[in-house]
Amino acid sequence: MAIKKFMFVNRKAPYGTVYALESLEVVLIGAAFEQDVSLAFVGDGVYQICKGQSTDGIGMKNFSPTYKALGDYEVTKLYVEKESLEARGLTLDDLMPLVWEDEDDDYAEKPSIRLVSSEELATVFDEQDVVLSF
Amino acid sequence: MSTLHTVNKSPFERDSLSACIRLASKGHAILLIEDGVFGAMAGTDHSDMVSGAMKDATIYVLGPDLAARGMSEDRVIDGIQVVDYSGFVELTAKHETCQSWL
Repeated sequence: MAIKKFMFVNRKAPYGTVYALESLEVVLIGAAFEQDVSLAFVGDGVYQICKGQSTDGIGMKNFSPTYKALGDYEVTKLYVEKESLEARGLTLDDLMPLVWEDEDDDYAEKPSIRLVSSEELATVFDEQDVVLSF
Repeated sequence: MSTLHTVNKSPFERDSLSACIRLASKGHAILLIEDGVFGAMAGTDHSDMVSGAMKDATIYVLGPDLAARGMSEDRVIDGIQVVDYSGFVELTAKHETCQSWL
């Protein structure tokens, strides 16, 4: 099977709607089929990967730890739009420290999150074969 | 007559919060719940609008919804009160009517 470049665009906050969780599930399916998977976090989507999520009080499953497992599925490109973070008063420090292990570099831990401008992200979109919106 | 307004949408995604603020009367209460809690955070593009609304309305935010989203209570706009579920119930009981901005 030919490998295609898949981009999952996440634009919704977690928990208020089911989009974030559904996207994550499809991402894992894409990764299982050994496709070239990237994620983009745009608008309220940046809230999905904020650190310190604790859902005990709302009776829902905290699925944020799953993002930490993406590296093990070779999903290592998580693009975060800088402008979206700034509009929300957030910085890279407010996001989970997501990393992947590079087996070609003695399993060195490398950051998965790539902070990009809108302009840079547009270029990344242009390179994709398939773009899926959530 | 005093009304409790609830807003459950992110101010970045819908105009529920700005519509609520525009149309609520003086002395009303606004409770931010679910994705509405992002409207309570300081340092965002909407913080000034929300701070301005506190001249006329008392604003509350639901703590468990903040915690679920990893939003720290320390970074809630000054003057917004964090309440738990029993606080939500008390607010509901205290006001004659409740209006939900979806």
